[in-house]
Amino acid sequence: MSSDSIAFNPAVESTRPIGDRLHDWVATVDHKKLGIMYILYALVFLVIGGIEATIMRIQLIVPHNHFVSPQVFNEMFTMHGTTMIFFVAMPIMFGFANYLLPLMIGARDMAFPRLNAWSFWLAAFGGLLLYFSFIGGNGLYGAGGAPDVGWFAYAPLTARVFSIGHSTDFWTLGLVVSGIGSIGTAANIVATVLCMRCAGMTLGKMPLLAWMNLVMAGLVLLAISPLTAAQIMLSLDRYLGAHFFDTQAGGSAVIWMHFFWIFGHPEVYVLVIPAFAFASEIIPVFSRKPIFGYPVMVAATVAIGFVSFTVWAHHMFTVGMNSYANSFFTISTMIVGVPTGIKIFNWIGTMWGGKIQFKTPMLFCIGFLFQFLIAGLTGIMLAVAPFDWQLGNSYFVVAHFHYVIVGAILFALFGAFYYWFPKMSGRMYNERLGKWHFWLFLIGFHLTFDFMHIPGLLGMPRRIYTYEPGRGWDIWNLIITVGVFFQAAGILVFVCNLLWSRIRGPVCASDPWDAWTLEWSTSSPPPEYNFAVLPVVRSRRPLWDIKHPEDPDWKYE
Amino acid sequence: MSSPSLTPSLPESAWILPSRGRVGMFCLIAAESAMFTIFLVAYIFYIGKSQSGPTPKDVLEVPIFATICLLSSSLTIHFAVVALRNAKSSLFAIWWFVTMALGTIFLVETGREWYHLIFEKGLTISTNLFGTTYYSLVGLHAFHVTVGLIGLTIGMILALLGKVKQEHNERADVFSLYWHFVDVVWIAVFTVVYIIGR
Repeated sequence: MSSDSIAFNPAVESTRPIGDRLHDWVATVDHKKLGIMYILYALVFLVIGGIEATIMRIQLIVPHNHFVSPQVFNEMFTMHGTTMIFFVAMPIMFGFANYLLPLMIGARDMAFPRLNAWSFWLAAFGGLLLYFSFIGGNGLYGAGGAPDVGWFAYAPLTARVFSIGHSTDFWTLGLVVSGIGSIGTAANIVATVLCMRCAGMTLGKMPLLAWMNLVMAGLVLLAISPLTAAQIMLSLDRYLGAHFFDTQAGGSAVIWMHFFWIFGHPEVYVLVIPAFAFASEIIPVFSRKPIFGYPVMVAATVAIGFVSFTVWAHHMFTVGMNSYANSFFTISTMIVGVPTGIKIFNWIGTMWGGKIQFKTPMLFCIGFLFQFLIAGLTGIMLAVAPFDWQLGNSYFVVAHFHYVIVGAILFALFGAFYYWFPKMSGRMYNERLGKWHFWLFLIGFHLTFDFMHIPGLLGMPRRIYTYEPGRGWDIWNLIITVGVFFQAAGILVFVCNLLWSRIRGPVCASDPWDAWTLEWSTSSPPPEYNFAVLPVVRSRRPLWDIKHPEDPDWKYE
Repeated sequence: MSSPSLTPSLPESAWILPSRGRVGMFCLIAAESAMFTIFLVAYIFYIGKSQSGPTPKDVLEVPIFATICLLSSSLTIHFAVVALRNAKSSLFAIWWFVTMALGTIFLVETGREWYHLIFEKGLTISTNLFGTTYYSLVGLHAFHVTVGLIGLTIGMILALLGKVKQEHNERADVFSLYWHFVDVVWIAVFTVVYIIGR
């Protein structure tokens, strides 16, 4: 087949009436359109969540600041956390999985296209429901507004006496609705990877991205439902007078913590494993070498998936558990470091001796690699129960998990944006602006989150709306807030680059990176049916085999 | 570079992958199992922690008849699927109807039990921790039975309209997985609520 006949033609597209084009998007069951909608929807929430973070940082720039009230500050950190985890990170990962999986495994769509659309709209309406709380949270009581109970919403703060109005209900319902959508997407990903692969693509020949998304989807299935169960219990408590978390009637506040973190810790891996997947696709292509240790990477991913279900109570050392529980969760948390270390070793092994091209996607992946290493090291520190007793709920913890989520996950995500942008849009991004984005964001990130460790070590607790001067925290908070503006500038460059390149960027060929996986074998952007003829593969790098028929990979695998 | 063409050269052996319907249903079952696990853990955790009566020993009676009905419905839906696989549409309809009837009996029995507990024993979801965990766990299961019954009813209507043919046996099979799951969960709920909890 020739891809010329199905090339993207912007002129034809733009002559259709806008109503028709919008209708195509709203009614679509195409995995590529849904993937892009997931990603755009998450980007909108990324900007909203970023504005919330900026408001908090402006409030904390100097002691005794009066930029926002304590009430608004509480709403900001709750909405920031909830938004970033549930309505930015998860949908963006689902978006990339949706877009890329069928293309990479040589399929024409996901296993269940209509379920896919249904899941997306549930996620979208879940986000709207959460944000409707700004208007509707007051309810009949005239109290409330946006949720202000923190993103993990510990009992009994969520009980009806302490959280009047409907703010907590919007939080609960928003997460239940989007959670059901997540289950649908996860089932879809598992079914797609297991049942839709093109001929010859055995499990051992799948791209690592497919493997890692399979593990991620498995984690979603097992981790999101406990949260949904706990949210149902909370709603029963609030509306039918049940006593699950009501300590006055013998209920337990601690069991909410267990239920929440049984969800909450695997959730970290739900977000970071797709980030691993991006790195595992991008680093080999820009090092001009196949991935080092493919089977070990798969084994390490599966191992992380299993171990991630045994570590949740390391979020609860300061709550007070017995010494056996403390020892168990300290040890299990440290065990996670082993497969993770193997991965870092393998990525470096891939780069070692390679002909590295420092394009924007690769820069972000290198940033990801080093920042993820540091995030892992502070993670090992916090895994030690006595250390955690000192620093639990301090800014050290906040710095640690932002190192994971921003330093590792968001960096890998930016890498993925630049890497697959030509495939999704048919146009090349601007490399110079990409580098500006990288350096601005890198400097901003390190200003903010490196220095955030220090007030934590000095005893500054998280979630305080202001602080006394003269405790040695002032200068650090100033630096942290200055870093935020660098990050915001980086994001601005990123958004401008995306918009400008989408409209004015140079039209690019189907395979601008000389890459090896199947998505690059079809046109950019791909036609609705992806492949006119379904591909047949014989190795992990099917495009290498085609480009180098004299020395194909399948001779060695 | 120009896009390379992938010449199809199908391997000798046929390329067979698992059925996506079954895989999707197993995913749903995995997610549902995690959810039921949390409710079961909550039930076990709160056994004996109620600060007031009534206790399970006072008011709960073992629902043997309902349990037999529900568990045997697993067998009947299996017969229905087998009948459809062998292209016996009317036999399928009969077994499918029996499954529906058994499921309905179970639900009615649960309703009668709840009526007895609420109006005669004064146990509601807000009475004590036993009430809280009992109604939420059994209620969650009853909700799943209800969803299953809706599915069975749709299948029954289609069967009566003569639209269920042999080629639909995989769909019936996938649905039967859900129904088996609802039965297996009942075994867990029954063990925890009526054996351990009493």
